[in-house]
Amino acid sequence: MDMVRALSDIGVWARLTVVQMRRVGVDSLPVALFIAAFTGVVLALQASYTFTGAVPLYFVGTLVGKTMMLELGPVLAGLALAGRVGASMAAELGTMKVTEQVDALETLAYDPQSYLVIPRVLAGTLMFPVIVAFAVATGIITGWLTSLVLLDLSTQDFIKGLKLFYVFKDVWFGLLKSASFGFTITFVGCVVGLSTRGGAEGVGRSTTRAVVYSAILILVLDAFWAVVLL
Amino acid sequence: MIELRDVHKSFGPKPVLNGFTLTVRDGETLVLIGYSGTGKSVTLKHIVGLLQPDAGEVIVDGRAVPELDRDGLNDLRRDIGYVFQFAALFDSMTVAENVALGLRRRDLPEDEIAERVQEALALVDLTGTDERYPAELSGGMRKRVGLARAIALKPRYILYDEPTTGLDPVTAAVIDRLVVRTREHLGVTGVVVTHDMRSAYTVGDRIAMLYEGRVRQVGTVQEIQETGDPVVRQFIEGRPE
Repeated sequence: MDMVRALSDIGVWARLTVVQMRRVGVDSLPVALFIAAFTGVVLALQASYTFTGAVPLYFVGTLVGKTMMLELGPVLAGLALAGRVGASMAAELGTMKVTEQVDALETLAYDPQSYLVIPRVLAGTLMFPVIVAFAVATGIITGWLTSLVLLDLSTQDFIKGLKLFYVFKDVWFGLLKSASFGFTITFVGCVVGLSTRGGAEGVGRSTTRAVVYSAILILVLDAFWAVVLL
Repeated sequence: MIELRDVHKSFGPKPVLNGFTLTVRDGETLVLIGYSGTGKSVTLKHIVGLLQPDAGEVIVDGRAVPELDRDGLNDLRRDIGYVFQFAALFDSMTVAENVALGLRRRDLPEDEIAERVQEALALVDLTGTDERYPAELSGGMRKRVGLARAIALKPRYILYDEPTTGLDPVTAAVIDRLVVRTREHLGVTGVVVTHDMRSAYTVGDRIAMLYEGRVRQVGTVQEIQETGDPVVRQFIEGRPE
Protein backbone atom coordinates (compact mmCIF):
# COMPACT_ATOMS: atom_id res chain seq x y z
CA MET A 1 0.00 0.00 0.00
CA ASP A 2 2.82 2.40 0.93
CA MET A 3 4.37 1.81 -2.48
CA VAL A 4 1.12 2.54 -4.32
CA ARG A 5 0.67 5.76 -2.35
CA ALA A 6 4.27 6.78 -3.04
CA LEU A 7 3.64 6.50 -6.81
CA SER A 8 2.06 9.97 -6.68
CA ASP A 9 5.47 11.39 -5.70
CA ILE A 10 6.61 11.28 -9.34
CA GLY A 11 8.95 14.27 -8.96
CA VAL A 12 11.13 12.17 -6.65
CA TRP A 13 11.13 8.73 -8.27
CA ALA A 14 11.17 9.62 -11.99
CA ARG A 15 14.73 11.02 -12.04
CA LEU A 16 16.06 8.30 -9.76
CA THR A 17 14.49 5.56 -11.91
CA VAL A 18 16.66 6.61 -14.86
CA VAL A 19 19.76 6.38 -12.66
CA GLN A 20 18.74 2.91 -11.45
CA MET A 21 17.90 1.72 -14.98
CA ARG A 22 21.40 2.59 -16.08
CA ARG A 23 22.84 0.86 -13.03
CA VAL A 24 20.73 -2.30 -13.26
CA GLY A 25 21.15 -2.55 -17.03
CA VAL A 26 24.85 -1.84 -17.39
CA ASP A 27 25.89 -3.77 -14.28
CA SER A 28 23.86 -6.87 -15.13
CA LEU A 29 24.52 -7.20 -18.83
CA PRO A 30 28.02 -8.80 -18.69
CA VAL A 31 26.87 -11.55 -16.27
CA ALA A 32 23.72 -12.31 -18.28
CA LEU A 33 25.60 -12.40 -21.60
CA PHE A 34 28.37 -14.61 -20.21
CA ILE A 35 25.85 -17.18 -18.96
CA ALA A 36 23.81 -17.07 -22.17
CA ALA A 37 26.87 -17.48 -24.38
CA PHE A 38 27.92 -20.76 -22.76
CA THR A 39 24.34 -21.98 -22.49
CA GLY A 40 23.98 -21.57 -26.29
CA VAL A 41 27.10 -23.70 -26.86
CA VAL A 42 25.92 -26.47 -24.53
CA LEU A 43 22.37 -26.47 -25.92
CA ALA A 44 23.61 -26.95 -29.49
CA LEU A 45 25.94 -29.80 -28.52
CA GLN A 46 23.38 -31.57 -26.33
CA ALA A 47 20.70 -31.27 -29.03
CA SER A 48 22.99 -32.79 -31.62
CA TYR A 49 23.96 -35.58 -29.17
CA THR A 50 20.27 -36.34 -28.51
CA PHE A 51 19.13 -36.14 -32.13
CA THR A 52 21.91 -38.30 -33.64
CA GLY A 53 20.48 -40.60 -36.28
CA ALA A 54 16.86 -40.14 -35.31
CA VAL A 55 16.01 -36.45 -35.86
CA PRO A 56 17.29 -34.17 -38.67
CA LEU A 57 20.18 -32.05 -37.43
CA TYR A 58 18.53 -28.71 -38.36
CA PHE A 59 16.29 -29.26 -35.32
CA VAL A 60 19.31 -28.05 -33.33
CA GLY A 61 18.28 -24.53 -34.39
CA THR A 62 14.72 -25.17 -33.21
CA LEU A 63 15.83 -26.43 -29.82
CA VAL A 64 18.38 -23.67 -29.23
CA GLY A 65 15.91 -20.92 -30.24
CA LYS A 66 12.88 -22.22 -28.37
CA THR A 67 14.77 -23.14 -25.21
CA MET A 68 16.65 -19.84 -25.02
CA MET A 69 13.54 -17.74 -25.65
CA LEU A 70 11.06 -19.64 -23.51
CA GLU A 71 13.08 -20.93 -20.62
CA LEU A 72 16.81 -20.72 -20.19
CA GLY A 73 17.27 -17.09 -21.26
CA PRO A 74 14.84 -15.67 -18.68
CA VAL A 75 15.41 -18.23 -15.90
CA LEU A 76 19.20 -18.41 -15.96
CA ALA A 77 19.52 -14.65 -16.27
CA GLY A 78 16.93 -14.25 -13.50
CA LEU A 79 18.76 -16.60 -11.13
CA ALA A 80 22.11 -15.00 -11.85
CA LEU A 81 20.71 -11.50 -11.38
CA ALA A 82 18.97 -12.50 -8.15
CA GLY A 83 22.53 -12.91 -6.89
CA ARG A 84 23.88 -9.84 -8.63
CA VAL A 85 21.09 -7.24 -8.39
CA GLY A 86 18.88 -8.56 -5.57
CA ALA A 87 21.81 -9.11 -3.21
CA SER A 88 23.31 -5.73 -4.02
CA MET A 89 20.00 -3.92 -3.35
CA ALA A 90 19.38 -5.79 -0.10
CA ALA A 91 22.92 -5.02 1.09
CA GLU A 92 22.73 -1.36 0.07
CA LEU A 93 19.33 -0.68 1.62
CA GLY A 94 20.16 -2.84 4.63
CA THR A 95 23.29 -0.78 5.29
CA MET A 96 21.29 2.43 4.84
CA LYS A 97 18.76 1.11 7.35
CA VAL A 98 21.22 0.14 10.08
CA THR A 99 23.24 3.35 9.70
CA GLU A 100 20.05 5.45 10.03
CA GLN A 101 20.31 6.80 6.47
CA VAL A 102 16.71 5.69 5.88
CA ASP A 103 15.62 7.60 9.00
CA ALA A 104 17.63 10.58 7.76
CA LEU A 105 15.74 10.48 4.46
CA GLU A 106 12.46 10.54 6.36
CA THR A 107 13.50 13.49 8.50
CA LEU A 108 14.36 15.36 5.28
CA ALA A 109 10.70 14.81 4.25
CA TYR A 110 11.41 12.07 1.69
CA ASP A 111 9.33 8.91 1.60
CA PRO A 112 11.76 5.93 1.41
CA GLN A 113 9.23 4.16 -0.83
CA SER A 114 9.38 6.86 -3.48
CA TYR A 115 13.09 7.60 -3.03
CA LEU A 116 14.47 4.07 -2.70
CA VAL A 117 11.94 1.37 -3.58
CA ILE A 118 9.95 2.59 -6.61
CA PRO A 119 13.02 3.59 -8.71
CA ARG A 120 14.66 0.20 -8.11
CA VAL A 121 11.55 -1.90 -8.72
CA LEU A 122 10.62 0.04 -11.85
CA ALA A 123 14.19 -0.16 -13.16
CA GLY A 124 14.24 -3.93 -12.59
CA THR A 125 10.86 -4.49 -14.22
CA LEU A 126 11.73 -2.40 -17.27
CA MET A 127 15.37 -3.40 -17.74
CA PHE A 128 15.20 -7.17 -17.17
CA PRO A 129 13.36 -7.85 -20.46
CA VAL A 130 16.01 -5.79 -22.27
CA ILE A 131 18.83 -7.73 -20.59
CA VAL A 132 17.13 -11.05 -21.34
CA ALA A 133 16.56 -10.05 -24.98
CA PHE A 134 20.30 -9.50 -25.36
CA ALA A 135 21.01 -12.75 -23.49
CA VAL A 136 18.67 -14.75 -25.75
CA ALA A 137 20.26 -13.25 -28.87
CA THR A 138 23.72 -14.09 -27.52
CA GLY A 139 22.71 -17.69 -26.72
CA ILE A 140 21.28 -18.18 -30.21
CA ILE A 141 24.41 -16.71 -31.82
CA THR A 142 26.76 -18.97 -29.84
CA GLY A 143 24.47 -21.95 -30.58
CA TRP A 144 24.67 -21.11 -34.28
CA LEU A 145 28.49 -20.68 -34.16
CA THR A 146 28.82 -24.03 -32.35
CA SER A 147 26.62 -25.74 -34.95
CA LEU A 148 28.68 -24.18 -37.73
CA VAL A 149 32.10 -25.04 -36.31
CA LEU A 150 31.57 -28.26 -34.35
CA LEU A 151 28.46 -29.91 -35.85
CA ASP A 152 28.97 -29.23 -39.59
CA LEU A 153 25.49 -27.71 -39.73
CA SER A 154 25.11 -24.96 -42.34
CA THR A 155 23.83 -21.51 -41.47
CA GLN A 156 20.88 -22.12 -43.78
CA ASP A 157 19.90 -25.30 -41.90
CA PHE A 158 20.33 -23.68 -38.50
CA ILE A 159 18.03 -20.80 -39.54
CA LYS A 160 15.58 -23.27 -41.08
CA GLY A 161 15.38 -25.01 -37.70
CA LEU A 162 15.15 -21.71 -35.86
CA LYS A 163 12.14 -20.64 -37.93
CA LEU A 164 10.41 -24.00 -37.62
CA PHE A 165 7.58 -23.82 -35.05
CA TYR A 166 8.54 -20.21 -34.24
CA VAL A 167 5.58 -18.11 -33.10
CA PHE A 168 5.65 -14.54 -31.83
CA LYS A 169 4.37 -15.79 -28.49
CA ASP A 170 7.84 -17.31 -27.88
CA VAL A 171 9.23 -13.79 -27.69
CA TRP A 172 6.60 -12.05 -25.62
CA PHE A 173 6.22 -14.99 -23.26
CA GLY A 174 9.95 -14.88 -22.44
CA LEU A 175 9.97 -11.11 -22.07
CA LEU A 176 6.85 -11.06 -19.90
CA LYS A 177 8.43 -13.67 -17.66
CA SER A 178 11.60 -11.58 -17.48
CA ALA A 179 9.65 -8.49 -16.44
CA SER A 180 7.97 -10.48 -13.66
CA PHE A 181 11.38 -11.80 -12.53
CA GLY A 182 12.79 -8.27 -12.59
CA PHE A 183 9.92 -7.02 -10.45
CA THR A 184 10.29 -9.92 -8.00
CA ILE A 185 14.07 -9.69 -7.59
CA THR A 186 14.10 -5.93 -7.00
CA PHE A 187 10.98 -5.88 -4.83
CA VAL A 188 12.29 -8.68 -2.60
CA GLY A 189 15.73 -7.01 -2.44
CA CYS A 190 14.17 -3.71 -1.33
CA VAL A 191 11.70 -5.18 1.17
CA VAL A 192 14.28 -7.46 2.77
CA GLY A 193 16.89 -4.66 2.78
CA LEU A 194 14.56 -2.17 4.48
CA SER A 195 13.60 -4.69 7.16
CA THR A 196 17.25 -5.23 8.17
CA ARG A 197 18.11 -5.10 11.86
CA GLY A 198 21.26 -5.57 13.85
CA GLY A 199 24.34 -4.10 12.16
CA ALA A 200 26.74 -5.86 9.79
CA GLU A 201 25.48 -9.32 10.74
CA GLY A 202 21.93 -8.26 9.93
CA VAL A 203 23.03 -6.91 6.54
CA GLY A 204 24.66 -10.27 5.77
CA ARG A 205 21.50 -12.12 6.77
CA SER A 206 19.34 -9.86 4.62
CA THR A 207 21.57 -10.30 1.61
CA THR A 208 21.38 -14.09 1.84
CA ARG A 209 17.62 -13.98 2.44
CA ALA A 210 17.04 -11.76 -0.58
CA VAL A 211 18.90 -14.16 -2.89
CA VAL A 212 17.19 -17.29 -1.52
CA TYR A 213 13.66 -15.78 -1.60
CA SER A 214 14.19 -14.39 -5.10
CA ALA A 215 15.53 -17.69 -6.45
CA ILE A 216 12.58 -19.61 -5.00
CA LEU A 217 10.05 -17.08 -6.31
CA ILE A 218 11.62 -17.13 -9.78
CA LEU A 219 11.16 -20.90 -10.01
CA VAL A 220 7.59 -20.68 -8.70
CA LEU A 221 6.76 -17.85 -11.12
CA ASP A 222 8.35 -19.80 -13.96
CA ALA A 223 5.98 -22.72 -13.34
CA PHE A 224 3.05 -20.31 -12.84
CA TRP A 225 3.53 -18.63 -16.23
CA ALA A 226 3.92 -22.02 -17.93
CA VAL A 227 0.64 -23.24 -16.44
CA VAL A 228 -1.25 -20.02 -17.18
CA LEU A 229 0.07 -19.07 -20.61
CA LEU A 230 1.33 -22.18 -22.42
CA MET B 1 6.76 24.27 21.64
CA ILE B 2 7.31 20.51 21.97
CA GLU B 3 5.23 18.60 24.50
CA LEU B 4 5.38 14.92 25.42
CA ARG B 5 2.61 13.87 27.80
CA ASP B 6 2.54 10.54 29.59
CA VAL B 7 4.26 8.76 26.70
CA HIS B 8 4.63 4.98 26.91
CA LYS B 9 6.73 2.94 24.50
CA SER B 10 7.86 -0.68 24.67
CA PHE B 11 9.96 -2.80 22.35
CA GLY B 12 8.71 -6.33 22.86
CA PRO B 13 8.31 -6.97 26.56
CA LYS B 14 10.79 -4.25 27.51
CA PRO B 15 9.23 -0.88 28.42
CA VAL B 16 11.49 2.01 27.39
CA LEU B 17 9.31 5.06 28.04
CA ASN B 18 6.96 4.67 30.94
CA GLY B 19 4.86 7.77 31.52
CA PHE B 20 7.41 10.20 30.05
CA THR B 21 6.31 13.86 30.28
CA LEU B 22 8.41 16.82 29.16
CA THR B 23 7.91 20.28 27.66
CA VAL B 24 10.51 22.04 25.52
CA ARG B 25 9.92 25.78 25.45
CA ASP B 26 10.40 27.90 22.35
CA GLY B 27 13.91 29.30 21.99
CA GLU B 28 15.57 27.14 24.64
CA THR B 29 18.08 24.33 24.33
CA LEU B 30 17.01 21.44 26.50
CA VAL B 31 19.51 18.68 27.21
CA LEU B 32 18.21 15.18 27.84
CA ILE B 33 20.65 13.11 29.88
CA GLY B 34 20.44 9.54 31.10
CA TYR B 35 22.10 6.14 31.07
CA SER B 36 22.69 4.32 27.80
CA GLY B 37 19.64 2.43 26.54
CA THR B 38 17.14 4.38 28.65
CA GLY B 39 15.22 5.83 25.69
CA LYS B 40 16.81 9.21 24.97
CA SER B 41 17.10 8.61 21.21
CA VAL B 42 13.68 6.95 21.25
CA THR B 43 12.28 10.21 22.64
CA LEU B 44 13.78 12.21 19.76
CA LYS B 45 12.36 9.76 17.23
CA HIS B 46 8.89 10.25 18.70
CA ILE B 47 9.17 14.02 18.26
CA VAL B 48 9.92 13.70 14.54
CA GLY B 49 7.41 10.89 13.97
CA LEU B 50 9.91 8.11 13.25
CA LEU B 51 8.39 6.13 16.12
CA GLN B 52 4.80 5.99 17.35
CA PRO B 53 4.02 5.92 21.07
CA ASP B 54 2.04 2.99 22.48
CA ALA B 55 0.15 5.54 24.58
CA GLY B 56 0.37 9.25 25.40
CA GLU B 57 0.65 12.43 23.39
CA VAL B 58 3.46 13.99 21.37
CA ILE B 59 2.61 17.53 20.33
CA VAL B 60 4.75 19.87 18.25
CA ASP B 61 3.39 23.39 17.68
CA GLY B 62 -0.10 22.14 18.49
CA ARG B 63 0.12 19.21 16.03
CA ALA B 64 -0.42 15.73 17.47
CA VAL B 65 2.49 13.91 15.77
CA PRO B 66 1.16 10.31 16.02
CA GLU B 67 -2.04 11.34 14.23
CA LEU B 68 -0.32 12.96 11.23
CA ASP B 69 -0.55 11.29 7.82
CA ARG B 70 2.42 11.20 5.42
CA ASP B 71 1.80 14.74 4.12
CA GLY B 72 1.33 16.06 7.65
CA LEU B 73 4.57 14.38 8.73
CA ASN B 74 6.43 15.88 5.78
CA ASP B 75 5.13 19.35 6.73
CA LEU B 76 6.21 18.78 10.34
CA ARG B 77 9.65 17.58 9.26
CA ARG B 78 10.20 20.74 7.24
CA ASP B 79 10.30 22.52 10.62
CA ILE B 80 12.69 20.07 12.28
CA GLY B 81 16.37 19.38 11.65
CA TYR B 82 17.74 16.11 12.98
CA VAL B 83 21.43 15.54 13.71
CA PHE B 84 22.08 11.79 13.92
CA GLN B 85 24.50 10.12 16.33
CA PHE B 86 26.72 8.80 13.53
CA ALA B 87 25.75 11.60 11.13
CA ALA B 88 23.81 9.25 8.78
CA LEU B 89 25.33 10.89 5.71
CA PHE B 90 24.53 9.36 2.33
CA ASP B 91 27.71 7.55 1.26
CA SER B 92 27.10 7.91 -2.46
CA MET B 93 26.72 11.70 -2.28
CA THR B 94 29.30 14.45 -1.83
CA VAL B 95 29.19 16.75 1.18
CA ALA B 96 27.41 19.44 -0.85
CA GLU B 97 24.84 16.95 -2.19
CA ASN B 98 24.19 15.69 1.33
CA VAL B 99 23.55 19.21 2.62
CA ALA B 100 21.44 20.10 -0.43
CA LEU B 101 19.19 17.02 -0.31
CA GLY B 102 16.63 18.43 2.13
CA LEU B 103 16.60 21.76 0.27
CA ARG B 104 15.82 20.06 -3.05
CA ARG B 105 12.71 18.59 -1.45
CA ARG B 106 11.49 22.16 -0.97
CA ASP B 107 11.73 22.92 -4.68
CA LEU B 108 14.05 25.88 -4.16
CA PRO B 109 15.89 27.36 -7.16
CA GLU B 110 19.36 25.87 -7.71
CA ASP B 111 21.21 29.15 -7.02
CA GLU B 112 19.45 29.51 -3.65
CA ILE B 113 20.26 25.89 -2.80
CA ALA B 114 23.94 26.45 -3.63
CA GLU B 115 23.97 29.63 -1.54
CA ARG B 116 22.37 27.94 1.48
CA VAL B 117 24.73 24.97 1.23
CA GLN B 118 27.73 27.30 1.33
CA GLU B 119 26.22 29.28 4.18
CA ALA B 120 25.61 26.12 6.25
CA LEU B 121 29.08 24.71 5.54
CA ALA B 122 30.62 28.05 6.54
CA LEU B 123 28.70 28.02 9.81
CA VAL B 124 30.24 24.64 10.72
CA ASP B 125 33.71 25.68 9.46
CA LEU B 126 33.71 23.24 6.55
CA THR B 127 34.01 25.63 3.62
CA GLY B 128 35.83 23.96 0.72
CA THR B 129 34.77 20.38 1.49
CA ASP B 130 31.85 20.43 -0.99
CA GLU B 131 33.19 17.78 -3.34
CA ARG B 132 34.49 15.36 -0.74
CA TYR B 133 32.66 12.13 0.09
CA PRO B 134 31.68 11.10 3.65
CA ALA B 135 34.24 8.25 3.58
CA GLU B 136 37.00 10.86 3.19
CA LEU B 137 36.00 12.75 6.36
CA SER B 138 36.92 12.29 10.02
CA GLY B 139 34.25 11.46 12.61
CA GLY B 140 34.11 15.08 13.80
CA MET B 141 33.82 16.42 10.25
CA ARG B 142 31.01 13.98 9.48
CA LYS B 143 29.11 15.19 12.53
CA ARG B 144 29.60 18.78 11.37
CA VAL B 145 28.26 17.93 7.92
CA GLY B 146 25.25 16.33 9.63
CA LEU B 147 24.78 19.57 11.54
CA ALA B 148 25.16 21.61 8.34
CA ARG B 149 22.48 19.45 6.69
CA ALA B 150 20.09 20.31 9.52
CA ILE B 151 21.03 24.01 9.64
CA ALA B 152 20.64 24.48 5.87
CA LEU B 153 16.90 23.81 6.23
CA LYS B 154 16.60 26.82 8.60
CA PRO B 155 14.33 24.79 10.86
CA ARG B 156 12.44 25.96 13.95
CA TYR B 157 13.76 22.99 15.91
CA ILE B 158 16.97 20.96 15.84
CA LEU B 159 17.20 17.57 17.53
CA TYR B 160 20.75 16.44 18.32
CA ASP B 161 21.32 12.75 19.01
CA GLU B 162 24.56 12.42 20.99
CA PRO B 163 26.44 15.04 18.99
CA THR B 164 29.74 14.62 20.87
CA THR B 165 29.82 10.86 21.48
CA GLY B 166 32.98 9.19 20.23
CA LEU B 167 34.84 12.45 19.67
CA ASP B 168 38.07 13.63 21.29
CA PRO B 169 37.60 16.42 23.88
CA VAL B 170 38.72 19.22 21.57
CA THR B 171 36.48 18.14 18.68
CA ALA B 172 33.63 17.66 21.16
CA ALA B 173 34.15 21.24 22.37
CA VAL B 174 34.06 22.42 18.74
CA ILE B 175 30.71 20.67 18.24
CA ASP B 176 29.38 22.20 21.49
CA ARG B 177 30.40 25.63 20.27
CA LEU B 178 28.59 24.99 16.98
CA VAL B 179 25.41 23.97 18.81
CA VAL B 180 25.53 27.23 20.80
CA ARG B 181 26.38 29.22 17.67
CA THR B 182 23.47 27.63 15.79
CA ARG B 183 21.02 28.75 18.46
CA GLU B 184 22.49 32.26 18.55
CA HIS B 185 22.51 32.68 14.76
CA LEU B 186 19.24 30.97 13.90
CA GLY B 187 17.27 31.25 17.15
CA VAL B 188 16.25 27.62 16.93
CA THR B 189 14.79 25.55 19.74
CA GLY B 190 17.04 22.57 20.44
CA VAL B 191 16.83 19.20 22.13
CA VAL B 192 20.22 17.63 22.77
CA VAL B 193 20.54 14.01 23.84
CA THR B 194 23.86 13.28 25.53
CA HIS B 195 25.59 11.64 28.46
CA ASP B 196 28.56 13.97 28.17
CA MET B 197 28.01 16.27 31.18
CA ARG B 198 30.57 18.85 30.06
CA SER B 199 28.64 19.18 26.82
CA ALA B 200 25.32 19.33 28.70
CA TYR B 201 26.53 22.22 30.90
CA THR B 202 27.92 24.10 27.88
CA VAL B 203 24.96 23.94 25.51
CA GLY B 204 21.92 23.54 27.79
CA ASP B 205 19.52 26.13 29.15
CA ARG B 206 17.77 23.36 31.03
CA ILE B 207 18.66 19.74 31.66
CA ALA B 208 16.24 16.83 32.08
CA MET B 209 17.32 13.44 33.35
CA LEU B 210 15.58 10.37 31.95
CA TYR B 211 15.51 7.45 34.38
CA GLU B 212 13.43 4.27 34.22
CA GLY B 213 11.28 5.63 31.41
CA ARG B 214 10.36 8.91 33.13
CA VAL B 215 11.86 12.34 33.72
CA ARG B 216 13.60 12.05 37.09
CA GLN B 217 14.41 15.76 37.37
CA VAL B 218 14.31 18.79 35.09
CA GLY B 219 15.86 22.14 35.87
CA THR B 220 18.39 24.78 34.93
CA VAL B 221 22.05 23.85 34.68
CA GLN B 222 22.61 25.29 38.16
CA GLU B 223 19.66 23.42 39.65
CA ILE B 224 20.96 20.15 38.24
CA GLN B 225 24.50 20.85 39.43
CA GLU B 226 23.17 21.51 42.93
CA THR B 227 20.66 18.66 42.98
CA GLY B 228 20.04 16.64 46.10
CA ASP B 229 18.56 13.70 44.17
CA PRO B 230 21.01 10.80 44.68
CA VAL B 231 20.28 9.22 41.27
CA VAL B 232 20.87 12.46 39.36
CA ARG B 233 23.91 13.29 41.49
CA GLN B 234 25.47 9.88 40.87
CA PHE B 235 24.97 10.29 37.13
CA ILE B 236 26.31 13.83 36.79
CA GLU B 237 29.33 13.02 38.95
CA GLY B 238 29.91 9.76 37.09
CA ARG B 239 30.25 7.74 40.28
CA PRO B 240 30.06 3.94 39.76
CA GLU B 241 28.08 3.45 43.02
